[in-house]
Amino acid sequence: MDRRAMKKIFFSNKMTVICAVLLLLVILASLLAPLSPYDPDAVNVAERLQGMSGRHILGTDDLGRDTFTRALYGGRVSLLVGSAAMCVAVLAGTFIGTVSGYSGGRIDMVCMRIVDIFLSVPSLLFIIVVYAFMPRNIMTLVLMLASFSWTKVARVVRAQTLSLKERDFVTAAKALGVSRGRIIWRHIIPNLMPQVIVAASLSIANAILDESALSFLGYGVQLPMASWGSMLQSAQQYILHNPILAVVPGTMILITVLCFNVMGDMLQQILDPKLVK
Amino acid sequence: MKDLIMKRLAQMAVVFVIVSMFAFSIIYFSPGDPLYLYTSPSVSTYKMSEEQLDDMRASLGLEGNVVQRYIDWAGKMLKGDWGLSISNHQPVKKQILDRLPNTIGLMGAALVLSVLLAIPLGLLAGYHKNKWIDNLISAVSYLGISLPAFWFGIMLIIVFSLKLGWLPSAGMRTIGVESALDVIRHGILPVIVLSVNNTAVFVRYIRSNTIEQKEEEYVMTVISKGVPRMQVLLRHVLKNCLLPIITIVGMNFGTLITGSFIVESVFGWPGLGTLCMDAINSRDYTMIMGITVLTCIVLLIGNFLADILYGFADPRIKQGKEAQNG
Repeated sequence: MDRRAMKKIFFSNKMTVICAVLLLLVILASLLAPLSPYDPDAVNVAERLQGMSGRHILGTDDLGRDTFTRALYGGRVSLLVGSAAMCVAVLAGTFIGTVSGYSGGRIDMVCMRIVDIFLSVPSLLFIIVVYAFMPRNIMTLVLMLASFSWTKVARVVRAQTLSLKERDFVTAAKALGVSRGRIIWRHIIPNLMPQVIVAASLSIANAILDESALSFLGYGVQLPMASWGSMLQSAQQYILHNPILAVVPGTMILITVLCFNVMGDMLQQILDPKLVK
Repeated sequence: MKDLIMKRLAQMAVVFVIVSMFAFSIIYFSPGDPLYLYTSPSVSTYKMSEEQLDDMRASLGLEGNVVQRYIDWAGKMLKGDWGLSISNHQPVKKQILDRLPNTIGLMGAALVLSVLLAIPLGLLAGYHKNKWIDNLISAVSYLGISLPAFWFGIMLIIVFSLKLGWLPSAGMRTIGVESALDVIRHGILPVIVLSVNNTAVFVRYIRSNTIEQKEEEYVMTVISKGVPRMQVLLRHVLKNCLLPIITIVGMNFGTLITGSFIVESVFGWPGLGTLCMDAINSRDYTMIMGITVLTCIVLLIGNFLADILYGFADPRIKQGKEAQNG
């Protein structure tokens, strides 16, 4: 499927367009966060724990910081961590998936057993345990998230590679004496793009969800930086008097993850008509 | 079938060895000296001699090179000696086994709830494909997949515990009350939160299976014979949908375990999850290792059982043809 056909299908589906627009809004709002008149970290005890008002449209938190502004800045961190983890996972998954699927034999077996091992451990527990003993920064977090999500990409990519490598154009390239690396790079990977895009969309949704859970438990993004998950953690003590503190970041997570999930799923249905029938 | 079991067992053994190495490396490569807890001037003013320190290292299994220590540790674990917790000096195994039933109970209840909800919803959605009821169920299941469980938990606490006051917000028992009903009341919210994600996954799975089955010739035949639609759905379609559920339950077992850890933290449920968080916060290495190993055992057994059950239920696999996955 070439790029133009894919674009056309993408825009012909109402749901994908709605999700894309919503996501664009969330991303844009996060990028434009500095336009807000409030400093996300400035403490203002005089205005702590306020409800919704004209001055603070979504109220303030326990240190008098504007919730709306903080949610936007939190979105930057959540989206950054999510997309970085997705990129690492997609790169690693595509590499291992194509090599494994194209080579077959022993390489394939070893790769798939490694994937099996990763799939049969409780990932979040492992991330927490490792994170407790590692330098707690964004880099570690991204790598930890990616190390448990590349397996899904690898599986999809491998399955697709298996069917692609039997196709005539690959045989032709082989007959012309093109090297293995070049076949994978020039002929297999471009044809994998649709599947990889779907996997990427689902993977970023999972990464954001996992990041928020980790940050909520205190093992993700560390202070003074805040993500949606860590905002929820600090909001937990004030849910009785100021539930909006918990509602806002959670809703942001829900919308973002939902859009990525729906978009990935719709694309998958478009690519694989067998599923829709 | 026998081959399948042997193959799976061998695979489990390999995974288990790797996981145990990982758990062991936590203590080995962790920064700082575990003895610091005993020797730090802030804990005791008594200055231990080198000999005493060596004795202590020996008794805590902190001697020798990596391989030697790993083998010692693994041997002890296999014999059931999981060591003493560093923070409270109680046997790790006993503490874990005390908490385990609470977590298993939570997980079991959530799993049963998920399956019971997902079967009718999935059948309904698949049967009325692309009608409003299907769109509604599918939309809700998208929500269920994208919902951050811990946040959903907090929202339920706000509504049902704080505003309405119907259900308790934390813990497993009211102090001084010893009744099963009390535990159930405490468990309702955690179980709901824990089951949401799995329910959504199951519904989507059963839905697409139902759609697939409906197109099969045998369903057409039964319908053309004049069997009522409801009966077709319940007697024939459902039967062929139930089988794959076993696999999907097995595949989602890991999510269920980590999910229960998160839910336990939100609701202060005294299970493995809260025990684990406490252990991590207090750097209780032996406890962390014990919990990691045990969780992996539970997960591996879950996956194994799912595979075997599926094998028994599907005669094609029983005859030796393997399920094609991975």
